[in-house]
Amino acid sequence: MKEEIFVSGRHIPNIDPYLHIWHWQIPVYLFLGGLAAGILFFAALYTILGKEKEMPTTVKWATFLVPVALVLGLFALFLDLKHQLFFWRLYTTVRIESPMSWGAWVLMLITPLSMVWVATYIKELIPNWDWKFEILKKFEKLAIEYRKSMAWVLLILSVILGIYTGILLSAFNARPLWNTSILGPLFLVSGMSTGAATIMWMSKDHFERTLMSKIDLILIGIELFFIVHLFMGFMASSEVQIQAADLFLGGQFTVSFWVFVVLLGLVFPAVLEILELRGYKIPVAIPAFLILFGGLMFRFIMVEAGQITRYLY
Amino acid sequence: MRYAMAIDTKKCVGCSDCVVACQTENNVPHGYCRDWVVEAMDGSYPNLELEIRSERCNHCDNSPCVRCCPTGASHYEAGGIVTVTHNECIGCGACIESCPYDARYSHPDGYVDKCTFCMHRVVKGEKPACVSVCPTNCMYFGDLDDPSSDVSKALKNRKYKTLAPEAGTKPHIFYLT
Repeated sequence: MKEEIFVSGRHIPNIDPYLHIWHWQIPVYLFLGGLAAGILFFAALYTILGKEKEMPTTVKWATFLVPVALVLGLFALFLDLKHQLFFWRLYTTVRIESPMSWGAWVLMLITPLSMVWVATYIKELIPNWDWKFEILKKFEKLAIEYRKSMAWVLLILSVILGIYTGILLSAFNARPLWNTSILGPLFLVSGMSTGAATIMWMSKDHFERTLMSKIDLILIGIELFFIVHLFMGFMASSEVQIQAADLFLGGQFTVSFWVFVVLLGLVFPAVLEILELRGYKIPVAIPAFLILFGGLMFRFIMVEAGQITRYLY
Repeated sequence: MRYAMAIDTKKCVGCSDCVVACQTENNVPHGYCRDWVVEAMDGSYPNLELEIRSERCNHCDNSPCVRCCPTGASHYEAGGIVTVTHNECIGCGACIESCPYDARYSHPDGYVDKCTFCMHRVVKGEKPACVSVCPTNCMYFGDLDDPSSDVSKALKNRKYKTLAPEAGTKPHIFYLT
């Protein structure tokens, strides 16, 4: 038996008895960031492939959500800061060692760029839109001309943004649940899956919707494989990671994780999507909503559970 | 120069004087502390082993908190002391998440705060507050590179350990066992 107690007394807010320094703002941001990355990735990909005509929702309409998601996500991040008036300090340094630093810089690039992207399509969404100023009209013309180059930049930045949401957590060696290199790819795939689900939900075109549904099925498959891989890694690792895995294998997060994330968020929507592809009539809103819900739950659970896990000494 | 501290777990009685001295010296807000005392009981009755440890920031050589800080507010001072520049800290909490020792906290004023090895005293050649008040003289402070410092002498003849060495942080607080 080993028992450790604080004899001097220690009950620091948000640190004791369990670390809880990151609240709802972080998982909400991780979700919105992943969603934005997913939508932008597909928009950029199908622009590069020259499929704007066949995939209008992917390339145009769904991207209107991206600046909204990113601004809301950034606002959530801002709310999380405890020394808010100093937030600009993020942009006076570049620290390659710190994922949060380069993540902040990627957001600084991708947010305005996604706005420019949307601006080039606003006239197609609102036909009598008027930029009012000559300079904006010129800028729009220029942006439309360079759409393909913009797509290449967005393709790369969206992958970095998507993987960053996982690396932000996996860089912390002190939290064994997060400290696994599979977390970056897992969050990337999950973010792309939520992006694909959103496009699928918005699309009115049968071809586009079926294609996104197929892509989403592949992503769900990869995600399930990564989750199995995550736990296999933990079980074969050191005591701290075995204990981290135990939170999900009989511990306090077992039901919330396996029921809400895996069953309702991945397996059930996958079954619905397969049935729909087989010709059954299923409202697309159901699988799409479940995937988004599962993605959000996944981030909440990972952030909450990760903070409980720690080194033992 | 590498500042370090050695704490004799055989001499410590767990009086918490170090905790109070730190709170007074550094004006630590009510309900917070930069150091604390842990009583670790190991074994089963009647073969019990008790270890009392006064814990604080380990001022690690390879500090995860310095590494993950997005603004560079967490940094090394001369002698390897890890501190936070308050007006560079944005209060993102990354360093708090990154510390295997949970040695940092969010100060009510917003910035992240922690043990500074009483840098303001150390630069004047004084000992940190916790060391200077210890009634059993179980804490030794000094420069690891100086063989005649209190800490070097304490480590020379005793067995010692660090906390969670597997975290790879290379702590500068040594526990004499």
